[in-house]
Amino acid sequence: MSTLAVNSISKSFFAVKAVQDVSFTVGPGEIVALIGPNGAGKSTCFNMLNGQLRADSGSVVFDGYDITREKPNQIWRRGVGRTFQIAQTFGSMTVRENVQMVLHSVHDRLSGLWTPLVRSYRAEADALLGAVGMQDQAERACCFLAYGDVKRLELAMALANRPKLLLMDEPTAGMAPKERNSLMRLTASLVRERGLSVLFTEHSVDVVFEHADVVVVMSRGKLIAKGKPLEIRDNPLVQEVYLGTGAFLESSEIAQ
Amino acid sequence: MYDISTLFAQLLNGLSYASTLFLVASGLALIFGVSKIVNFAHGSFYMLGAYVALTITSAMPSTSWGFWGGVLLSALIVGLIGCLIEMTVLRRIYSAPEVFQILVTFGLVLVFQNLIYEFWGPDEVLAPRVPGLKGAASIFGERIPQYSLALIFVGPIFLGLLWWLTHRTRWGRLIRAATQDREMVASLGVNQKTLFTVVFFLGTFLAGLAGALQIPKESANLQMDINIVVEAFVIVVIGGMGSILGAFLAAVLVGVINAFGVLFFPQAVSVLIFIVMVLVLIFRPNGLMGGRIIPQRPGDLSIDQPFRLPSKRMKLATLIVIAVLMLLPMVASSYLEVVMSEVFILAIFAGSLHFLLSVGGIVSFGHAAYFGLGSYAAALVATRLGLPMGVGILAAILSGAAGGLLFGWFCTRLKGVYLAMLTLAFAQILFTLSIQMVSFTGGDNGIVGLSRPAWLNSHTGYYYLSLLAVTVSTWLMRRALYSPFGFAFRAGRDSAPRSAAIGMNVARIQWAAFIVSGAFAGLAGALMAYHRGSVFPNDFGVSTTVDALVMVLVGGVQSISGPLIGAFAYHIVAVELIRNLADYWRLILGLFIIAFVLGMPQGIVGAFMHRFGKGEK
Repeated sequence: MSTLAVNSISKSFFAVKAVQDVSFTVGPGEIVALIGPNGAGKSTCFNMLNGQLRADSGSVVFDGYDITREKPNQIWRRGVGRTFQIAQTFGSMTVRENVQMVLHSVHDRLSGLWTPLVRSYRAEADALLGAVGMQDQAERACCFLAYGDVKRLELAMALANRPKLLLMDEPTAGMAPKERNSLMRLTASLVRERGLSVLFTEHSVDVVFEHADVVVVMSRGKLIAKGKPLEIRDNPLVQEVYLGTGAFLESSEIAQ
Repeated sequence: MYDISTLFAQLLNGLSYASTLFLVASGLALIFGVSKIVNFAHGSFYMLGAYVALTITSAMPSTSWGFWGGVLLSALIVGLIGCLIEMTVLRRIYSAPEVFQILVTFGLVLVFQNLIYEFWGPDEVLAPRVPGLKGAASIFGERIPQYSLALIFVGPIFLGLLWWLTHRTRWGRLIRAATQDREMVASLGVNQKTLFTVVFFLGTFLAGLAGALQIPKESANLQMDINIVVEAFVIVVIGGMGSILGAFLAAVLVGVINAFGVLFFPQAVSVLIFIVMVLVLIFRPNGLMGGRIIPQRPGDLSIDQPFRLPSKRMKLATLIVIAVLMLLPMVASSYLEVVMSEVFILAIFAGSLHFLLSVGGIVSFGHAAYFGLGSYAAALVATRLGLPMGVGILAAILSGAAGGLLFGWFCTRLKGVYLAMLTLAFAQILFTLSIQMVSFTGGDNGIVGLSRPAWLNSHTGYYYLSLLAVTVSTWLMRRALYSPFGFAFRAGRDSAPRSAAIGMNVARIQWAAFIVSGAFAGLAGALMAYHRGSVFPNDFGVSTTVDALVMVLVGGVQSISGPLIGAFAYHIVAVELIRNLADYWRLILGLFIIAFVLGMPQGIVGAFMHRFGKGEK
């Protein structure tokens, strides 16, 4: 059984059909990239999977449960972690407190009014920070971190509830090429270690072809191809979408 | 029941008032739309317009040209004064958090009140009737002043003019563009400074015009600023922040509801308007015509350090301070004991606001609601039921919490300025009710005659009770602040998307925080009620909220001990000011607030930590 099954979901904003009839699956342990040019519907698609948008039709099944109509906080409790295009962490807390915050939510201890937060789940938090190489910055205020470190912290937070699936929205946006690859290598190693699946959207083609097991390509709201990176690279339809003019010239030449 | 002609006449009266409301509200909407300033001083420009027009029209020849020319001239003068204030004060706070803007503009309110009092005196002044429009028209047998009928047309005329200005002129297009995205406009090479000054001129001109046009109908008085600004805010919120057409529709709605409310529910007119606002906000959280507010890029002040647990030295210092305060009555005069008891009580109140504002980022601009609920609950339990003080205090805590339960449910559905205005609306509803329900609350006279048990009757006894209360409350609120709940509350402020993505229900946590905060504010209200032996409608008033906001600000919004230090510093200063400079205390307090926000926005504790602390920056 696949970890995530997206069954012909669609979404329109008034007259704009942002996503039309898109289906794909993410298998256990798979790293799937969702790519496409600007305006292809990646983000809309992504937001339907994590509960920020509700699909007009179709269904999203995670781990055997229909999550199409669930809210982001319910979906998280089912075991879906996520990172954001612009990293979302808690700026006015220390790095460790950020992770402790998540752990309190994992253990359903958010309503505690007595024991200070910093006293609980400290070791667990440090273990997670260790996994992303942030343990030496645990005491620092999050708002003073470098952006690459914020991204790593966010990853640790997303892993705190031992998710089966990790959704990453443009994980390397705004990062230098060197940082970018080290973050993706870290992600890949964590994925193998913990046996989780990943679905990510991405603009940077080298990141996609280096790290994805499966690539799903969207264009103008429709799914136009899915397959292994090498197949996708050689797919003429994908080339047309990305390179446009070449395919257009060829077809016009044929017409002549 | 009323016959149809009375109803029609009342409709016309409502429309006439709607014109005034629209002029004020459209100016407010313009200013908010472009500069994102929550201009609490807008009512002061309206009041200024009225007083300036009184002077100018009496100096002009008493012809209709003299009157209308004088009105226009007054509005221009007010607009120019607005320009001056924009350039000297407001320009510095465009990127500050909302609460700072509200405070600075409230400082301006105090300054204006004092200056107008200085120049024109405390008496109400009515202008002579307008030349050419002195009579009354007879419509279906009802007599309506001609001037009121003329005013009906002013609103639509200015709606047309503003439409023409914003759609057909270059400046107007810039104003609309800046309302949508002012950073984009700036990056296209438009001089933002000039644009903001022009918009502020236009907005204050409209407010001044409205005030000037009002003088033949209503006598100019020193309360008109707060009354109109609260109504204008309600209109702008109903219409949608920054939307001029929305402001027009809302002004008509409010004007008409006002007019019919006077006929059918004379006791509850203003409550009616606030209820309309609450309903609109529940079904259309951005107002009738409002789009989504584009969040501003956070300024420097929103970079906040984590709350650290107190070190051993801090704990020791706290114990020493408590010990000193316990020994104080041995050397202090009973006057100082009284003042310090007030400091302790206000520190609880400021602490409860600090919990919402600083921990969770919720601008509770009607925080007096919970304070007043507490004080009135205590007073009613004591005088109507004759129960002892302990029961009164318990009732006050429960009332404050119940207020948080009810208002929090509505407020946590909204964000930012809308939320602040809704909290203000709730406080104003209670304020009005406490004045109007005379048989229950004693109206303007309040409730007097709360008596304390014999062992608390001395100043020293009450001093120790207040000290105990502030110590226990502060300790409990700190526990809450450091607890998982407090962190979850702060998390919702730091990043709503992340909070949702880790399975938190942000609104529910905020709701709970409202209840906690309301309970402590209610306790403070009850202690103050027993301290004074009386309660007054002003316990629900805007100035009570502002007192608490200033205390939190003076201490330092992001400092844990801010409310304590702030209550001490502010209350001592305020008491001394009132005692020694009775006629000028508003002016000095207003200038003090403005200077403080501009000069030391991080507060006393913040400035101290910045200088001597171990912060990372």
